[in-house]
Amino acid sequence: MQDSVIRLENIDFSYGERPILKNVNLEIKRGMFMGLVGPNGGGKTTLIKIILGLLKPDNGSIYLLNQPMSEFKDWNRIGFVSQKANSFNKGFPATVFEVVAMGLTAKIGYFKFFKKQHKEKVLEAIRSVGMEKYIHRNIGDLSGGQQQRVFIARALVSDPELLILDEPTVGIDYQNVDRFYKLLYELNAKNDLTLLLVTHDTGVMTEYATNVACLNRTLHFHGDSEEYTALTTEQLSKIYGHPVQAIIHDHD
Amino acid sequence: MLADLLQFDFLRHTFLTGLLVGIIAPLLGAFLVVRRLSLLADALSHVTLAGISFGLLLEKMMLLPFLNPLYSGMAFSVIGAILIEKLRHIYKGYQEIGIPIILSGGVGLSVIFIALANGFNNDLFNYLFGSVSAVSQQDFWTIVGMATLIIFVIRIFYKELLTLSFDEEHATVSGIHSKRIHFLFIVLTALVIAVSIRIVGVLLVSALMTLPVASAMRISHSFKQTVILSIVFAEIAVIVGLISGYYLSIPPGGTIVVVAIIILLVSISVKRFSYILSKEG
Repeated sequence: MQDSVIRLENIDFSYGERPILKNVNLEIKRGMFMGLVGPNGGGKTTLIKIILGLLKPDNGSIYLLNQPMSEFKDWNRIGFVSQKANSFNKGFPATVFEVVAMGLTAKIGYFKFFKKQHKEKVLEAIRSVGMEKYIHRNIGDLSGGQQQRVFIARALVSDPELLILDEPTVGIDYQNVDRFYKLLYELNAKNDLTLLLVTHDTGVMTEYATNVACLNRTLHFHGDSEEYTALTTEQLSKIYGHPVQAIIHDHD
Repeated sequence: MLADLLQFDFLRHTFLTGLLVGIIAPLLGAFLVVRRLSLLADALSHVTLAGISFGLLLEKMMLLPFLNPLYSGMAFSVIGAILIEKLRHIYKGYQEIGIPIILSGGVGLSVIFIALANGFNNDLFNYLFGSVSAVSQQDFWTIVGMATLIIFVIRIFYKELLTLSFDEEHATVSGIHSKRIHFLFIVLTALVIAVSIRIVGVLLVSALMTLPVASAMRISHSFKQTVILSIVFAEIAVIVGLISGYYLSIPPGGTIVVVAIIILLVSISVKRFSYILSKEG
């Protein structure tokens, strides 16, 4: 049996009186590339925040790497990439190297210093996303796609077993988005990294993801990407609560 | 001044204190500026003024003649910092609202303490604008101790402070105790301000924390480079400012800040110039 990386059981969450998530059950197993899709306001980001411990659910239980959330301490085994290409301080005087090195801060731990072996790890992570030419460049001088690759390197540098990405391609142009997904695909296929990707881009799901979950308040669909592709437009519209066109990107 | 420096203890104290302040003010300032908290320094310096006038009042009333106003200044500064944090939590989404509240509170209290003491004349003037002769032996050793502690703590928590400054959400998610590190940072800032006031004065202390950093940011790529350059710039400002202040009989706060502004203008024009050159080349 494959071991479980994330297991959510009967998650309910509401902001005050407004219910956001209702009875969400989701299991992500090691080696999966799970795409999480759903309409805006469907609770995708809320669910991610619950998984990351930034929000507490009203009901339900969460298991990360087979440990209950309340006992979970190994946060450096989980990498997170947010929509930061849009929102971080672009004038921040930090180089690509410094930003990626920040990914090791928690793993190195308090009262310990950044050493030579850590430097090697940082360089390796930068190479793995193909940014080695930009090591000493200021993060704010890079394009959105390049910045996002740096943030992936920052998440990868601590050797996580699970990488969570919340709409990482917002604000990145189309060609770079494609390269970005290919990078994720390789990380998943070659390095056996488990991925949870939140995205609007349903085309990605059919091409790269191994599994798909559709969230709108509750999980409407949860299965492998072939089953997702087989969904009819009518079924999709029902999930989204409004008509949608199933768009399948053809990359070749 | 060199001959005087060797001859007079107080001058030597002032000069060495100035050099120490030239390290710790921009060191902490670099984190303040990148976190867009520069105004925090202003608020805390005004609270420190309230603490100092409180100390002077007690001194004048002979209640606690051994209480150095530097200590009451530090205490008020740290309390002010904690209150700003509390206000930040009470008014979520209004991150900066604590700053004007604490700043005006500090000025208000200072006015009351000063009035109660029927004015302090010279002493207070020194605290407002800095002084080349105000650093007593006791002050000097307090400042040496505090500065050593501050540099040590920042060295230990450098990577956590930088990670938190760049991206608070990422820091929290990766398992860093963001709130505790932030609290440590705020307390350190309060102490730096209280310590720096002897040299540059209440009204100009935030300038020494932000101006050298603003200059350094224009021309450096990395955060480390920004910190080192801003310390170099601050030291130049302190040395030139103290010497010229001494000879011109001007409080050093004024001369130090003017030198720091000249450095800022130079760094802005250097950046422009190199930009134009790279465009043509």
